[in-house]
Amino acid sequence: MELTLNHYVGLSALLFTIGVFGIFVNRKNVIVILMAIELILLSVNINLVAFSVFNGDIAGQIFAMFVLTVAAAEAAVGLAILVVYFRTRGAIAVEDVNVLRG
Amino acid sequence: MNLITDLQNSAPEAALAIIGLAAVLIGAIVGEGSRLLIRTIAVAALAGAAVLAAQQYGSGRLEAFGALYVATPFVAFAKIGLYALAAISLLVSGKSLKEAAVDRYEYPLLILFAALGGGVMLSANSLMTLYLGVETLSLPSYVLAAFRRDHVRSAEAGLKYFVLGALASGLLLYGCSLVYGFTGSASYDVIAEADLSIGLTFGMVLIIIGLAFKASAAPLHVWTPDVYAGAPTPVVTFFATAPKLAAVAVFANVMFSAFNGHETDWSPIIAIIAALSMIIGSLGALTQSSLKRLLAYSSIANVGFALIGLAAGVEVGASAILVYMAIYVVGTLGLFVGLLTIRKDGEPLDTIDDLNGLAKAKPLVAFGMTVLIFSVAGIPPAAGFWGKLAVFQAGLEADLLWLVLVGVVASVISLGYYLRVVWAMMVKPSDSTLDRSDWVEVAAVVGASVAVFPVLTITIQSLLDAAASATLG
Repeated sequence: MELTLNHYVGLSALLFTIGVFGIFVNRKNVIVILMAIELILLSVNINLVAFSVFNGDIAGQIFAMFVLTVAAAEAAVGLAILVVYFRTRGAIAVEDVNVLRG
Repeated sequence: MNLITDLQNSAPEAALAIIGLAAVLIGAIVGEGSRLLIRTIAVAALAGAAVLAAQQYGSGRLEAFGALYVATPFVAFAKIGLYALAAISLLVSGKSLKEAAVDRYEYPLLILFAALGGGVMLSANSLMTLYLGVETLSLPSYVLAAFRRDHVRSAEAGLKYFVLGALASGLLLYGCSLVYGFTGSASYDVIAEADLSIGLTFGMVLIIIGLAFKASAAPLHVWTPDVYAGAPTPVVTFFATAPKLAAVAVFANVMFSAFNGHETDWSPIIAIIAALSMIIGSLGALTQSSLKRLLAYSSIANVGFALIGLAAGVEVGASAILVYMAIYVVGTLGLFVGLLTIRKDGEPLDTIDDLNGLAKAKPLVAFGMTVLIFSVAGIPPAAGFWGKLAVFQAGLEADLLWLVLVGVVASVISLGYYLRVVWAMMVKPSDSTLDRSDWVEVAAVVGASVAVFPVLTITIQSLLDAAASATLG
């Protein structure tokens, strides 16, 4: 069986869905949310590189490099905020994030 | 097509980036002693960027970096407001930052880089530049929300903003990747020519969701009240003005330039978002006792009004959005600075009851805030009324009568909570003494109130003309 564009886009859609569900369904730990965010960004990268190869356009691969950079920065900022939160609150369970009510 | 012309054509952002990086170095070497110096540099750089953006406004369409970056008069108009508001919000926040013990040298730098990100996303002509701009705006914003590190509410605001913001960026990015894949290019110019396919539709909807989050339009507004309530007030003064203006303008810019050919497809989505924002914002604010939450819901409603202009389409709506947002952010800036002046023993106060008797305690601030509230509520003759009139006219011209009617009803509902604030300031007796306010803050409140009435009321025609000529380019 040959791998076509559909396989890549399908895999990417699957990972993206897992990532989004990871944010909403997870009630335990904020770290898991950070992992889910990474999963979303990486699923986009699969998409971008696959489209880039199958369309014969290099821009998608450059885009993917930028996304990797942003993902690193986002993880750093996210973990820093999480550390600040843990210091003030002493917990990182999702249920405990409730001082501010909407 | 060499580096020098590229840098000249992208002068506001190029200058901000270079000065910002230099200021980071100064801060890292000198340490906390450089606070005042860096604050001065940042204010000067932002003011300079506003001037450079004003020059871009006059020189038509400028391209740089292989047309990844494009400055049209439309985005230059928004950029002038973005940089000027960022500079002013930095200028007025000095005293309250000191009292909250968060007067660090990183603060002006984060504002500077956030404003830079706003400028980049406005000038984007490619989904790649758009995404990088959005992230450059968002990442410093998350940090700013959590800037009061020893404070549990601030830390929680930062965490919530980060998680929801990262999710929205992810949706935006996934949309970008789909649009890129199904049109074969990330450039707005190519996307605008593409036929509608299932992938493009999906991508377009995801991009709309991502941008609606950044503009805090319903149903993606849930972060706004929590972040506004938890983040330090000087930070919220910035959030509610400069990035808000940039987010709405970039929303309009993407829809008008990249997806212009499919207006009949996205216009109903935007109309529903606008209607939801106006209703949820107006009803949500009615029951709030915290002023920052109230203003957060008010900003959701006001973004809804601005989006009427977006739903109306490029010909009639583009200039109305600019006019509406320009007048609205001036009003909001004044209101939040007014909130900054309400302190007791160095701690910021935040409920409507804390405003009781303000007319006696601080007559200038109370009077200025009353004028600003009338403007934000859209009561004539304050300038806000003309902004609302412009978007309603655009809506009527585009046959969106139902949307305009929702807008009128939402305006009437919103009077309920706006007048509650005025009542507290003007009529109710005071029961406590407040701290003395800084003259810069009082000057900003009075300045903003004079700007919305009478200055902008008298010069409304030239503002309308400027916005109209900005959208012709």
